[in-house]
Amino acid sequence: MTATTLTPSVAPARRSTGWRGFGVLLATEARLWLRDPGTVFFALVFPTVLLVGVGFAIPGMRTPIEDAPPPWLGLTAVSLYVPVVLAAAIATPALTTMPVYFATFREKGLLRRLSTTPMRPQGIVVAHLVINLVAVVVSSAVALVVGELVFGLPAPRNAGTVALAFVLGVASMYALGTLVAARAPKASTASAIGTLIYFPLLFLSGLWTPGPIMPEAVAQIGRLTPLGAASQAMTAGWFEPGFPTVQVVVMAVWTAVLLPLGVRLFRWS
Amino acid sequence: MTTAPPPTGGATATSATRSPGTTAAPEPVVEVRNLRKTYPGPKGSDARKVAVEDVSFTVAAGEIFGILGPNGAGKTTTVECLAGLREADGGTVRVLGVDPQADPAAVRDAVGVQLQEVALNERITVEEAMRLFASFYATPGDVEELLDLLDLAEHRRVAFAKLSGGQKQRLSIALALVGNPRVAILDELTTGLDPAARRATWELVERVRDRGVTILLVTHFMDEAERLCDRLVIIDRGRVVAQGTPAELVDSVDTSRTVRLRVPPADHDLALHTIAGLADVEHVEAPPTPGREIEVTGSRRVLPAVVLALAEHEVVPDDVRTVSRTLEDVFVAVTGRTYDPDATDARPTRGESR
Repeated sequence: MTATTLTPSVAPARRSTGWRGFGVLLATEARLWLRDPGTVFFALVFPTVLLVGVGFAIPGMRTPIEDAPPPWLGLTAVSLYVPVVLAAAIATPALTTMPVYFATFREKGLLRRLSTTPMRPQGIVVAHLVINLVAVVVSSAVALVVGELVFGLPAPRNAGTVALAFVLGVASMYALGTLVAARAPKASTASAIGTLIYFPLLFLSGLWTPGPIMPEAVAQIGRLTPLGAASQAMTAGWFEPGFPTVQVVVMAVWTAVLLPLGVRLFRWS
Repeated sequence: MTTAPPPTGGATATSATRSPGTTAAPEPVVEVRNLRKTYPGPKGSDARKVAVEDVSFTVAAGEIFGILGPNGAGKTTTVECLAGLREADGGTVRVLGVDPQADPAAVRDAVGVQLQEVALNERITVEEAMRLFASFYATPGDVEELLDLLDLAEHRRVAFAKLSGGQKQRLSIALALVGNPRVAILDELTTGLDPAARRATWELVERVRDRGVTILLVTHFMDEAERLCDRLVIIDRGRVVAQGTPAELVDSVDTSRTVRLRVPPADHDLALHTIAGLADVEHVEAPPTPGREIEVTGSRRVLPAVVLALAEHEVVPDDVRTVSRTLEDVFVAVTGRTYDPDATDARPTRGESR
């Protein structure tokens, strides 16, 4: 073994793009993500378990509602839960999985380590955004398919509105998750802050009081939060006539404010 | 050979390195001149904490070059500036002729870095980590060959969390080398390893150098620097206080030699009397009771002089040891303090209260 690594020129002639190897990085991180049973359960399976659990555990969830005005009359109570479950499918990876991963990278020095390679530390953050976005889509799809098979869910009145609300919900909640992850020096800090936001937001999205059951005061507050707005907008698109303008604007504003803030404040070491 | 202050010129012509090529390629691989780096002080005060005051050195191709000093001396900050992780406040840094501050991307492909206390995802396997890091580089090294070189081939499917400390450290070195770098920066390589793992790691570092990689070794272990480095600088409180080859540094302290010997208790007084009269002996430290070690300090010739004189009087020592100078003695000589590797800001020994 002689000095085969030596090249004649002193200055390195080749320049790296900073994204070489991103495919391998994404594939590796996805594999590692899938190796973590806790992550897989909460990010992929939890929404389905929640929907099926609520449908079977609470009495009367599967019988049609008889004492409510239209558009609720005749719907099963469990179907009112579908937008809430989708909101939970968005919030869980955005606030519990992703920020903890990012803070772990920072805590363990991985972001700094990547800074010494041609790969930018941004690469691993983007890889996890991609992984978690795919996770949200997959877990939502699984919940919808299983819910349809088990309970026979009604089709949305306006699928476009539901889709728009879902996309904006994802954008605003991931922006919030990025902000949580931006400064947290340790995984435990990110986990604590994420959880502290996660449960109130689930409450405001209607996990305990879905759809029309939510008290008006709670609904008023929830409307101003990203997850509450997402849940209400999806409920509106699914069951109600009209367009949830306020909720859509609320989510867009949250995204426009939180995302640049999270990116700007993100500590890379 | 110089003890403080370091030469301002880049050339340290005294190097007697074992490696070929230093004469053929005069262009230094790494050149640091008057590096200075401060950090913001406590909130509300304008005073900045000085991490590196004034550090200069050059590293030639194929060397194992040591940066030695107690924790907090500024070693890691220095190499972080080299790796383009931090921006210096003053001075110039060149790595392979490139300024890593101005063009960090240019050095990342050619410099492999092993940082202190970096942990990978605990579920990633050795081979996955190697293939992942290899994918970042334009012309990566051969993963299989590196796994063999660092004795990791049989652990390739082991998850990071299940590796021993030595195995993690070897993986860390392997990852620093996987981009086929021309320069490898190894920071506190053997901290936390048991003695056997440390010796094994030292051998690996030499194997890596034999492949033509120039190595910058950051360490607070005197014995490690003495064992591995062709040349080194000793940094203390952000300044270079000594530099040269380990042998030059040790010789620079003073020319005296110390011998310890134990003679049979019956010959104790005769031995002391004989030794005290010798011309090459400057100082004798006699034990209070016969049968214990006598410490004799004198000229370079003190060992043969003492042994010959005793033999003439038919005194045969049970045991003779020479006390070698170490880099630790060099540190004491140039700083006036005992070497405490963990003291971030050791005060002069005379100022200490007991």
